[in-house]
Amino acid sequence: MATIIVDGERYEAKAGQNVLEAVLSQHLDLPYFCWHPAMGSVGACRQCAIMEYADENDERGRMVMACITSVRDGMRLSIAAPHAARFRESVIEWLMENHPHDCPVCEEGGECHLQDMTVMTGHSQRRYRGTKRTWRNQDLGPFIGHEMNRCITCYRCVRFYRDYAGGTDLEALGSRSRMYFGRAADGKLESEFSGNLVEVCPTGVFTDRPFSKQYTRKWDLQSAPSVCPGCAVGCNIFPSERYGDLKRVHNRYHGEINGYFLCDRGRFGSHFVNDPSRIRKAGMRVDDEVFEARGADTAIDALGEMLRDGKAVGIGSPRASVEANFALRSLVGRDSFCNGLGEGDAELIALALDIHGRGGARIPTLTDVEAADAVLVLGEDVLNTAPRVALAMRQAARGTAFEMAGAAAIPDWQDAGIRGHAQGRLSPVFLATTLPTRIDDIAADTLHATPQDIARAGYAIAHRIDGDFAAPEGAVADDFVDRVAAALGKAKQPLIVTGTGSADPAVMQAAANIAWALRARGGDPALLIAPHEANSFGAGMLDGGLTLDAALEAVRSGAARTLVVMENDLYRRADYERVDAALASGAEVVVIDSIENATAQAANLLLPAATYAECNGTFVNYEGRAQRFYQVFEPAAEDEIAPSWMWIRRAAKAAGRDGCDWSGIEDLVRACAENVPALAAIPEAAPTAGYRGKADTRIPRQPHRYSGRTAMRADVNVHEPKPTVDDETPFAYSMEGQNTGRQPGAAVPYVWSPGWNSNQSVFKFQQEVGGGLSGGDPGVRLIAAETGSNGADARPFRSPPAAFASGDGFRLLPLHAIFGSDELSARSWPVAETSPSPYIVLNPEDARELGVARGDGVKCDALPVSVEVRIDAAMTPGTAACVCGLPDMPGPLPADPVEFVRDPDFERATEIIARG
Amino acid sequence: MWSQLRTIWTVFQHTFMRNETVEYPDEMPYAAPRYRGRIILTRDPDGEERCVACNLCAVACPVDCIALQKTEREEDGRWYPEFFRINFSRCIMCGMCEEACPTYAIQLTPDFELCEFNRDSMVYEKEHLLINGPGKYPDYSFWGVAGKTIEGKDKGEALNEAPPTDHRSLLP
Ligand code: SF4
Ligand code: SF4
Ligand code: SF4
Ligand code: SF4
Ligand code: FES
Repeated sequence: MATIIVDGERYEAKAGQNVLEAVLSQHLDLPYFCWHPAMGSVGACRQCAIMEYADENDERGRMVMACITSVRDGMRLSIAAPHAARFRESVIEWLMENHPHDCPVCEEGGECHLQDMTVMTGHSQRRYRGTKRTWRNQDLGPFIGHEMNRCITCYRCVRFYRDYAGGTDLEALGSRSRMYFGRAADGKLESEFSGNLVEVCPTGVFTDRPFSKQYTRKWDLQSAPSVCPGCAVGCNIFPSERYGDLKRVHNRYHGEINGYFLCDRGRFGSHFVNDPSRIRKAGMRVDDEVFEARGADTAIDALGEMLRDGKAVGIGSPRASVEANFALRSLVGRDSFCNGLGEGDAELIALALDIHGRGGARIPTLTDVEAADAVLVLGEDVLNTAPRVALAMRQAARGTAFEMAGAAAIPDWQDAGIRGHAQGRLSPVFLATTLPTRIDDIAADTLHATPQDIARAGYAIAHRIDGDFAAPEGAVADDFVDRVAAALGKAKQPLIVTGTGSADPAVMQAAANIAWALRARGGDPALLIAPHEANSFGAGMLDGGLTLDAALEAVRSGAARTLVVMENDLYRRADYERVDAALASGAEVVVIDSIENATAQAANLLLPAATYAECNGTFVNYEGRAQRFYQVFEPAAEDEIAPSWMWIRRAAKAAGRDGCDWSGIEDLVRACAENVPALAAIPEAAPTAGYRGKADTRIPRQPHRYSGRTAMRADVNVHEPKPTVDDETPFAYSMEGQNTGRQPGAAVPYVWSPGWNSNQSVFKFQQEVGGGLSGGDPGVRLIAAETGSNGADARPFRSPPAAFASGDGFRLLPLHAIFGSDELSARSWPVAETSPSPYIVLNPEDARELGVARGDGVKCDALPVSVEVRIDAAMTPGTAACVCGLPDMPGPLPADPVEFVRDPDFERATEIIARG
Repeated sequence: MWSQLRTIWTVFQHTFMRNETVEYPDEMPYAAPRYRGRIILTRDPDGEERCVACNLCAVACPVDCIALQKTEREEDGRWYPEFFRINFSRCIMCGMCEEACPTYAIQLTPDFELCEFNRDSMVYEKEHLLINGPGKYPDYSFWGVAGKTIEGKDKGEALNEAPPTDHRSLLP
């Protein structure tokens, strides 16, 4: 700790911090551009000038750049000193010389860091009368717009894109005053994290293109704290609405998970909420083809009738909240409830929860991932299944650089210095995956094999670390095993990453074995198991009496007369025939869902469910962290959309069932916590609806400058409706109230602070820059995060699988696509435009034998459509990798080998992006 | 007493003064061009809509009676309001919107005759607001100043712009 004196006031600061971080951590205002809390300082923009004085008698002082000056104890500084203030104003004036007259037609306007800094420095009159530089823009694909004229050459974009996210196709081009930030040629930005440019760029050069199509100023957006439904990482997001449309998703800072960055699936994957194919009215099937909207009351009566009649089976979903799943379980009874996970998935999730429950390894936050000094990824393509984890792993790889810098007394914010000193050296990261991935560039070594062989390598690594652990019989990839075992053994904070992606429990068991072996040798390992859906773990904790196959069988056999499917497309979870057999068995099929899918099309009764943006609920992420997401906006009054649990409550009432009369979401959360021991802590995930804070106000969903209130609905009725009073949450559908940042972190609906209209204002909501939120980081961990005393329970797994042997036909191996494999985001039009069409990957030898080349089509019985062939030498002969979850692709892959034949009629879909 | 007499005298004097009251509506009073009456949306000198849907008028409006949504015309790249609505039953004719508008699109006019029997009739949509001329500012064209390209105005062609930079140039 150090004390600094700024403009006569004494403040605490951390020794070794830079001065900019120190003053911002005290929530003082000091303009800056090029410094970024996650990327450190380069001292390029000269905007953060501040005066430093030698001692109390020094009246002249000297000007220093705050972001590249280390804090020293007793330092005397002045932000307000006229000399520094004038300098900062001049810097803005220079930057503004070439700035276009664009604010009214710029998507950044109203939340622009450059606007904020201009106002803050007091620059108001343009004196420069010369001509302005101009640039031609590039087409960067469906996600990101480009308007190069607005650039202030701060270099943040390339530092994020290349240095932080490992992208290669965005560059700083040109020389002297011709600096250009773009690609060598037009084309989609390749990085899976390109959307962060929108928030990283302090000006309007990089903008959110889908948002621009239906643009609204930040001050007009209604937002609420939410959790990304895209995958199991549980990144915190701000979805925002206006005129009933979800307009965009912005990053919501979480100190332990997503920090400042999201992946593009999360950012651009929410437009499914506005999809024209949304189910909006309660409908009943009148004959085979025709659905008719019959009104919610009639539908509920009918459902009540069905439930009263006979035995009902309920199938929940890992994409629905724990509350909705619990509500369904309460309706049909535990024994008749299935949590909606497919057979294989259910087994994997149960195994993951079991492994975590046994203890023996830490469950890492993403901050822990970044701090790991050796990483092994076992059988999971994290970039495509839990993308944000891959970004954190890139930072872990830079650990060595920070360590070397520390030894050479280079402060950890000195970005350029650290990079120069490290000369590209990376901490050991090992990747064992079916195919090469787009993070192989940080890998010290890779192993490309079948999940079975990857599991064997994993067992061998554990055995090499601790001889007590079971070793596989026969040959393994010895070099790889040796190197990994040595690196993990040496590491202080080793991390093992695995997941459900290879659909093989042996892989997960092997990963757990490695972690436990490290622990047995006195290490402090972390084990990250990534499931694939936002609430996979939540659904897993809510297991019912039925597996999916048992549930479908009960319906098919007639044991159950009614099937209630909630927010789930069964065709993605089980074989087509099995699902068809159940749905066509004559049972009443009731579907509660938000989007039209194959299951919804088979329903007799359809109830429109709210999406995550239209209801409140809880997701449990990969850490076992329960996080509350709040309703952002109310569905249109003419639609009958309601949260799934409310439909269930009404149905229970109509059927005369007890125990489902929750008064509201809070009551439901409480009931869920009381009845499900694993979920006992979920009420602590967020403040209660009664929370009012010190100021005794609600928290507004709308910024205080929200406009148009007396005109938005005037076309319908000139009398403004009374804003809905929200009894379920501490938020208000209004601009009244206070959002100061002193409330619990889970209840921050947007970031804004006087003078800081842009997302940079987040520092006013943090304890210190880059640290936790002032009101605490959101969520409650349901599984012990630390290795507790129960580490002793960590009995290693003892049955390594046999080596993969190719036989007749091809074994299908699962692949995943960040854009396309997730059901909801695949319905979001920007993501849909970017999704690949179905393909398989073959070994070149196999392809030659089949007589196919890249781009040809093949068909097989297990796949409903012909798919394109791609070829990769890393593919194990006798196997074919197939992208799961794409439209037309089966959910679970068949376990038995399949035969491919060339499809001469196949026509290759035109690829929007050249990839793979 | 004296004061009352003086008052009566003053009132009496008015008998001989020029009449300020006009016989409205038979006789129209004069309203200066900058009078703050009914609001219009004007057009650029080139005849296209001036409003770029920047939302500044809406946020400036103290009674929040302006609502609009941005859209973009594929053909020419201009920003437009998809809809633009003013609820005149709320408007206080303060002129803040005109003050805030960076394009001179929204202007107040001397027409103050805005009475209706029905409040609903006071909700004006874009087709009711948009006129066919530039209003009080005949020459100004925002797109001629802004840096964003639209059909017919390339980079480097706006006011005070240099031709597009060639970043591939190696000249010192
Ligand atoms: S494009 Fe944006 S982030 Fe990149 S240098 Fe220019 S202003 Fe900075
Ligand atoms: S999809 Fe996953 S990684 Fe991406 S933003 Fe959402 S939660 Fe985060
Ligand atoms: S004149 Fe005033 S009250 Fe009327 S629309 Fe304009 S800003 Fe709003
Ligand atoms: S301020 Fe002017 S340009 Fe902007 S939305 Fe209003 S009328 Fe249109
Ligand atoms: S922020 Fe300090 S020089 Fe740019």
